[in-house]
Amino acid sequence: MELMNTELIDWSRAQFALTALYHFLFVPLTLGLSFIVAIMETIYVKTGDQRWKTITRFWMTLFAINFAIGVATGLIMEFEFGTNWANYSWFVGDIFGAPLAVEGILAFFMESTFFAVMFFGWNKVSKGFHLVSTWLVAVGSNLSAFWILVANGWMQYPVGMEFNPDTVRNEMASFWDVALSPVAVAKFLHTIGSGYVIGALFVIGISAWMILKGRDVLEAKRSMVVGASFGLLVSIFLAVSGDESAYQAAQHQPAKLAAMEGLYKGEERAGIIAVGILNPDKKIGDDLPAVYGDIEIPYALSFLGYHDIHAFVPGLDDLVLGNEKYGIEGAASKMEKGKIAIEALQSYKDAKKIDDKIAMAEARKLLDEYMPYFGYGYLEKPTDIVPPIALTFYSFHIMVGLGVWFIILFLIVLYLTMANDITRFKKILWLSVWSIPLGYIAAEAGWVVAEVGRQPWAIQDLMPVGIAATHIDAGNVKVSFWLFAVLFTVLLIAEIKIMLRQIAIGIKGGH
Amino acid sequence: MFETLSLHALQVYWWIIISLLGGLFVFIMFIQGGQTLLNQLSASDQEKSMLVNSLGRKWELGFTTLVLFGGALFAAFPKFYATSFGGAYWLWLGILFSFIIQAVSYEYRKKESNFLGAKTYETFLFINGSVGTILLGIAISTFFSGAAFTLDDNNFVHWSVGTRGLEALMEPLNYLLAIAMYFLVRIIAGMYFLNNIDHEPIRQRTRAMIKRNIVYFLPFFLGFVGWVLLKDGYTYHPETLEVSLVSMHHLMTFLKMPYLAGMFLIGVVMVLVAVFNSVFREKNCCIFTVGIGTVLTVMALLLNVGLNNTIYYPSTTDMQSSLSIANSAGSHYTLTAMSYASLMVPFVLAYIAFVWHAMDKVKITEEEITSADEHHY
Repeated sequence: MELMNTELIDWSRAQFALTALYHFLFVPLTLGLSFIVAIMETIYVKTGDQRWKTITRFWMTLFAINFAIGVATGLIMEFEFGTNWANYSWFVGDIFGAPLAVEGILAFFMESTFFAVMFFGWNKVSKGFHLVSTWLVAVGSNLSAFWILVANGWMQYPVGMEFNPDTVRNEMASFWDVALSPVAVAKFLHTIGSGYVIGALFVIGISAWMILKGRDVLEAKRSMVVGASFGLLVSIFLAVSGDESAYQAAQHQPAKLAAMEGLYKGEERAGIIAVGILNPDKKIGDDLPAVYGDIEIPYALSFLGYHDIHAFVPGLDDLVLGNEKYGIEGAASKMEKGKIAIEALQSYKDAKKIDDKIAMAEARKLLDEYMPYFGYGYLEKPTDIVPPIALTFYSFHIMVGLGVWFIILFLIVLYLTMANDITRFKKILWLSVWSIPLGYIAAEAGWVVAEVGRQPWAIQDLMPVGIAATHIDAGNVKVSFWLFAVLFTVLLIAEIKIMLRQIAIGIKGGH
Repeated sequence: MFETLSLHALQVYWWIIISLLGGLFVFIMFIQGGQTLLNQLSASDQEKSMLVNSLGRKWELGFTTLVLFGGALFAAFPKFYATSFGGAYWLWLGILFSFIIQAVSYEYRKKESNFLGAKTYETFLFINGSVGTILLGIAISTFFSGAAFTLDDNNFVHWSVGTRGLEALMEPLNYLLAIAMYFLVRIIAGMYFLNNIDHEPIRQRTRAMIKRNIVYFLPFFLGFVGWVLLKDGYTYHPETLEVSLVSMHHLMTFLKMPYLAGMFLIGVVMVLVAVFNSVFREKNCCIFTVGIGTVLTVMALLLNVGLNNTIYYPSTTDMQSSLSIANSAGSHYTLTAMSYASLMVPFVLAYIAFVWHAMDKVKITEEEITSADEHHY
């Protein structure tokens, strides 16, 4: 194993980021809107009120437009680990492939089979069967999210496996440790939460626009009630699950948490920076201030990370240089151990070639001992463990700030639709419209925190991105990157144009 | 239950599942086949819409099968997933691109303000049906003709040619299967239309199309079968895993495993019977006969290349790097865990069949396609 050239790694990462960010423009709406239309259809079936059927079908049409491009952009995600991260796919495929396959068996077929009933079955199957199908599409898409996030969670916190030097790969030792890993569960809850919030923002935003334009006002108001009540519930759930995600990051990815907060020097009773600007000249180990103009919430970071306001939160300086007082090992020492693991693997292979059983056993023992540091052996310098700080820091703060705004918005909108006449509050309606893109920005920012924040690791502590990619001339990846960029952009434009046109046609116009 | 099976037994079990999925996938590719027939089988825009809507209710099943195929290979045979997808980069990306453009086309084709126009989306469907099918056929054909890879001592893949998979397009023998598949999926599509669309003019054109396409299909299919049975095959020693070439190995496998040969022959006969019934006896019910026939034929071929110590992904640059079910599979633990998950497959197939039946009881008619109260593609 050797580090590949930077150009190849950067383009491979860029392509994965591009395709994943594009895919995640569509996934959240699928996750959220599927439940919202299921709720709407349930009201229709319970009350028999045709208006609710019209409302349901309007949102279903928008759901279908979004779903198609979600499926289109999702296909590559299933294969891209192989095409662009072939070494990774071998090194951990024995663990990582399983959740993807289970996702296919349990979730995708449920989604696609009942999707056909949901759209074409209105006059073909009974009301009850149709309603069940709509719910199964929602369940299927959320199940699918669970399994893919199990896979992602495993990369962030690899558990339930053993390294096998004969095959040079990690092998699964416990399926349930992988599937129920706390990181995976936290990621799942937080991600579907973001999907639900986007679904709700989408519904209240578009309904608000219709009210502003004076079109289908009754239907739009009804939609708003469903959207805002669902939204308030799920935005609080999103905040709670976000807290759990931060706690998991503190336990398993301390460098990510430190970068999220721009924390260089670790401290006890650490606060959270609510607002602030990073000092661009700041380097690891120097005494310059890290953040300018910050407003801090005292004790909050210690509490968030360790559920204890007195806890010590390690900063990037501590993680890179080590901190004896708090028993934190520096990156240089971990790199040494990693190199021992790599050499032990080579000794094992050499001994195996000449069938020297004793040497094999010795090498194996050494390897097992130092395997947790394996990935560090490939790093070039201790500061390599530091993720891009500015991108992580600002993405995190944008995400959290917007999350707080969404809770406030849902509260106001719900209050005004239930206890007052929302049609008179034009500013709130416009704010609802403009909050739709904010939902997407928050969701994408969340993924930037999760994925940029864990650099340089493809698999935390085990495999840096530099050895995970496919051996291929970087020119190939450049070409495919631009092909994806152009194709997905064209499809996105088509999707938005179609969506806007359907919204203009209105709720009653379509049916 | 699965824990007690040997590693070899689990590898065989998983190869059977992969073969079954492969068979189901080729069958469901009638959607691709149908996409190449939209103009040919319709005389008006409305008739074309009937064809598109008929396929549109099933396209996601095909797409999902492709995705599951990727996931199942990753989980059960990770070395193949890493080696082939990473190595034959452009061949697989070409296939994926053709499916990406398919996924939006049904929903967007007839929508207002669709940016690219209906014609473009129909072209997307045609590209997916033609280029996509042929590239997939070529990719599957490399199971027999081999690929240019070497695995290093970490089992990481190195491809020995810069064309990264496109070199498979330069091997004429790969086109035998690719073109045979192209015509086969059109034939199956024809039988699906006969069954699903209640409209006489389309049915008449469809029967004529099947008649022509079976004539085009047979020489390529027989050529492929002849090539595979007579060519040297790669095999490995079950103990040492050493790879060697054996004359007419695939033929020998059929002779050694007569049930596989039987499965293959029954499959081919079922396809031919379905064609005969559709064309000469003017029946509309043959989608299931041709479907089962296709699944059996493809399964038998894939089992032939995976079982009997056969190499299923030969390396043309370093024979010892070649992949077999013995050296490319997941660990005993993973295969066991996945085997439990596989118990869901019959359940999934059952609900697909149930929904298919419930939705297809009512055939597609002109009235439905023009009704304002229906969702259309």
